[in-house]
Amino acid sequence: MKKIEIIVRPFKIDDVKEAIADLGLRGMTVTEVKGFGRQGGHKEVYRGAEYQVDFIAKTKIEIVVEAERVPEVLEAVRNSALTGKVGDGKIFVTPVEEVVRIRTGETGPDAI
Amino acid sequence: MNAADTSFILICSALVMFMTPGLALFYAGMARSKNVLGTIMQSFVMLGLVSIIWAVIGYTLAFGDDIGGFIGGMNFFALDGVGMDTLNSPADNLPHLLFMVFQGMFAVITPALITGAFAERMKFKSLLIFSSLWIIVVYAPMCHWVWGGGWMGERGALDFAGGAVVHMSSGAAALAACLVIGKRKGYGKQSFIPHNLPMTLLGAGILWFGWFGFNAGSALAANGVAANAFVTTHLAAAAGLLGWLLVEGIHGGKPTTLGAASGAVAGLVAITPAAGFVTPMAAILIGFGGGIICYGGILLKSKFKYDDSLDVVGIHGLGGTWGALATGLFASVGAEGLFYGNPEQLWIQLESVICTWGYCFVVSWILLKVIDATVGLRVTEDEEIIGLDVAEHSEAGYQL
Repeated sequence: MKKIEIIVRPFKIDDVKEAIADLGLRGMTVTEVKGFGRQGGHKEVYRGAEYQVDFIAKTKIEIVVEAERVPEVLEAVRNSALTGKVGDGKIFVTPVEEVVRIRTGETGPDAI
Repeated sequence: MNAADTSFILICSALVMFMTPGLALFYAGMARSKNVLGTIMQSFVMLGLVSIIWAVIGYTLAFGDDIGGFIGGMNFFALDGVGMDTLNSPADNLPHLLFMVFQGMFAVITPALITGAFAERMKFKSLLIFSSLWIIVVYAPMCHWVWGGGWMGERGALDFAGGAVVHMSSGAAALAACLVIGKRKGYGKQSFIPHNLPMTLLGAGILWFGWFGFNAGSALAANGVAANAFVTTHLAAAAGLLGWLLVEGIHGGKPTTLGAASGAVAGLVAITPAAGFVTPMAAILIGFGGGIICYGGILLKSKFKYDDSLDVVGIHGLGGTWGALATGLFASVGAEGLFYGNPEQLWIQLESVICTWGYCFVVSWILLKVIDATVGLRVTEDEEIIGLDVAEHSEAGYQL
């Protein structure tokens, strides 16, 4: 099992969600996050005082899938989140040791 | 007694009361989220504190029998002789109690205006002590000088609704306050970004709405002067809004919502001393000038390196000063200014500006120094980092 963490532009979240749902995957966790990479921040001005805002708003999606499904998820997410400009985000894939469904006690891939 | 005037001023009193919670929101939106309640509270508590002080002693110091042109006597102490009829009322068309409470609403908002200067770092206890004493030794005398039969009014200074009494006085006290209390921790290094500008815009809207009571009500009658003051107030706010946006654009930025709100308030401040004395077209010039001058005013603090957190000096101090001088230029309704052949008026206005700034700055500075040396003005460094909400009030504005 693998966990896929996807950081995308906030306005792309609906497209990415649908692309993942179209693969028949059910369930995800979504968080509003801030951070920076190559895109850099922006300038904000309040009563003539300029502030450099380094942390940009992004949306993070976390899903856990069986290992063999990872390539198709990556493909679908890239296609749906792509604008081609700096700041489209990143995808991280990490191994998952165990999953438990709290209600039934099922474990492993059945619990995903 | 006049029933129409009485009903009008009753409503105006309520409108002016509404400005203080409006100001609380206006200020709190510009603070950081950890200080949202602390900032709101510094204004809102004045509705409790100053209302009582005013009824017991403030009113008589401002409107009691004149003593040497400086202060009122104690004949109205604890509202003695202030009743439902017009007996002894400074406005012979209004119940004395109504005149008292209308004036009381002005007294409530004035120390609340000062709080913007020391937002996010003053001890609540010290705020209560400072505001109580300030009403007695600064506001009540100022009010007496201008409206209570004191020397400034006798000299012929024009202040229709409180350019000197409310705005310059709070601006001068604000300057004293941010000099005595010092900068916020991290000022100039960290970002002090407003945490909720929609809240600030709502507050500005409430202020604009309440200002009709403030200025039109200062005619103290339901008549043409009130209508003129209503129109001049509205047009000055409108012109202030546009003036600020214009100068923001010229200064290389984009038109901001905070700029629109600030410009409207700047226009309202500027027209306050002039509202009943100028024409609507003059009000547009005064408001527009207010927007531009106050934009310059907020840039002063970075130049002179003082931390006037929410720009009380820049907007109320400078806006009130411009308004007082502009009254000496543009007055044409019931008084004449420089442009209407009376240069003497501008001179009298300048004198009132200098005396107001001088008196209010010096006395506020002394008060603050004394409080700082005894109970202390500032919260501790740890408390400042945690924020006033938890440190001073044991609550948080937002739960998530």
